[in-house]
Amino acid sequence: MIELPVAVTFDFLTAWDFWIAVGILAGIYGIFALGLQLNVGYTGVLNFGQAGFMAIGAYAAIIFVVDLGWSYWLALPASALLTIIVGLLIGLPSLRLRADYFAIATIAFSEIVRDVAQNARDLTGGNQGTINLELENDRFFTDPWFSTSDWIQENLLDPIGLSGQEFGDLPLFLVVWVTLGLLALGLHFLVRSPWGRVLRAVREDEDAARALGKNAFSYKLQSLAVAAVLGAISGWFLAFNLESVSQVAFEPLYTFLGFGALVLGGLASFGGVLVGSVLLWTLLEGFRFLDLPLAADKVSALRFIIVGVILILLMAFRPQGIFGKREEMVLGE
Amino acid sequence: MTGAPRTGMASVREWMSENPAWVALIVLALIALALIIGEGLQEFAQRSVNGIVSGSYIALGAIGLTLVYGILKLVNFAQGDMLTFGAYIAFLFDATLDMPLAVALVAGVLATAALGVAQELAMWRPMRAKKAGMLQLLLMALGLAFVLRYVIQFIWGTDPRSLDADVTSSISFLGLNIGETELIVVIISFVVLTAVATMLRVTSLGRQMRALADNFDLAETTGIDTGQVVLKTWLLAGGLAGLAGVLVVAATGSLTPNTGFYLLLPLFAAVVLGGIGNAYGALAGGLVIGLTQEWSTLVVESQWKVAVSFLVLIIVLIVRPQGIFGRERTL
Repeated sequence: MIELPVAVTFDFLTAWDFWIAVGILAGIYGIFALGLQLNVGYTGVLNFGQAGFMAIGAYAAIIFVVDLGWSYWLALPASALLTIIVGLLIGLPSLRLRADYFAIATIAFSEIVRDVAQNARDLTGGNQGTINLELENDRFFTDPWFSTSDWIQENLLDPIGLSGQEFGDLPLFLVVWVTLGLLALGLHFLVRSPWGRVLRAVREDEDAARALGKNAFSYKLQSLAVAAVLGAISGWFLAFNLESVSQVAFEPLYTFLGFGALVLGGLASFGGVLVGSVLLWTLLEGFRFLDLPLAADKVSALRFIIVGVILILLMAFRPQGIFGKREEMVLGE
Repeated sequence: MTGAPRTGMASVREWMSENPAWVALIVLALIALALIIGEGLQEFAQRSVNGIVSGSYIALGAIGLTLVYGILKLVNFAQGDMLTFGAYIAFLFDATLDMPLAVALVAGVLATAALGVAQELAMWRPMRAKKAGMLQLLLMALGLAFVLRYVIQFIWGTDPRSLDADVTSSISFLGLNIGETELIVVIISFVVLTAVATMLRVTSLGRQMRALADNFDLAETTGIDTGQVVLKTWLLAGGLAGLAGVLVVAATGSLTPNTGFYLLLPLFAAVVLGGIGNAYGALAGGLVIGLTQEWSTLVVESQWKVAVSFLVLIIVLIVRPQGIFGRERTL
């Protein structure tokens, strides 16, 4: 009776539901990391508080719909507006700081957001910041989304035979990736606009940009506000994807993973964000298919050890990532 | 609009920016006074005792962070996990190998000091040679933090552990309670912190370290063996991180792979408050963070106390980013 220590199954390669689930996560955190790319890769602003913006977007949208009974058309833009306001409030005093101080200040910001979500029960309800998506009169936060999802299923997917249990989450996958694609494309052109060129100038040499009459501070603030909205959008999709939203989904770990995807794909490349996010989430989720003879917390630990090692090796040997250009990796002297 | 009141205001401002330590002291004293009036002296004094306990290990953990930050301009995101590492090594000796706690403490300190030296040789020295940028180093430290934390989780799992320290017996004095272990933790912390601060001030190693913090390249040209000084810095920073980790777990009675990471932001708060690279600053900053966290429990529910320290961090960054003891030019 010899048991192989590791049994690897390759079933996952053909498991549609697996790839759809990975794709949804990669897409959601891809949108999240687009904001990091704009801040870090193009503006030189070390935003380590992206999980905080995601949390505000998700909680605000849910509270607006569930507690105030607003429609998505009002709730989603309102929650985006709220993250912009919070982004400006955070950025106004702290963007004057040196980049590393700003990084620490933004982690502190995102942890305060998480503490509020966890402890302000009147606001976020439930246990330990676990907010229910359920309305009082038996409607759910996700109801309007589910009717959209059903419409996509019936009108777009069923006709081409993509139906059944395995494809249940395909509508969300499609909507997330169409959104991600459009946002990435939009940002791609945005950073090549005159506005984007100023951002890069600020990243390269803030004093020079200022000497040319550009208000570097204002551009950094705008960059942060755009990233905050991208964080909010990723937060909405997270709420669509989950049964309930809890504060643990907004730990600094997720910002760090966002940075992982960012440098994997490479700085100053929005396409790189997409690739980096898919690679990272395939790695993280693929571990579920490795039938390792280990306890669940050990398997979970193993995948983060690998992420850590990849991060160290990347920074040591290929800091520009897969698609980044080395000359664009100029942050901090 | 004669000049008189404006110069009055201006001179107050000038005095405030030149004497930040006095300003901080006055602010703290006013807060303390308000709390004593509002909540009573007894309650206030007890929370202060608790604050000094947590402040002492926060200060101890912050010294390594501030030295490395000051000398190498490295934002060491792995500092918290070095505390955890030291504590788990102590746990290994104390619980698994059944040795006395004092032996376990020394083992934790030595192992973490070795970890500090190892990461300098394997990672930071080669990266300095490559002239790596700040973001590159920061993300590498993040990678190291992941590796440390999850290797610990891989080996020991996520179940809470504890050291063989007495967390129930306490001593009463003037109606104030302090745990016996907590008292020992405070005494060890203050003795070690004073020793380190004195060492930095009077020994030639201390002077060399401060020279490096002021201007690394200039220090090198004056003939200081920077490689050796940096190595000793890591030895010290690692050892202190290990000690802080063991003391945290001895005082609080609980250890998980996240213990140190959850302390990282309070450590940063202490470092920033005291001024980067300043050992006395880390001591003062740690105490202020410990005290404000515990004082806040008089006013708000205790689950908010961590958020209070983050708020202090943000406020200090905004009002005086160079910290109480820091100088303008270190920015």
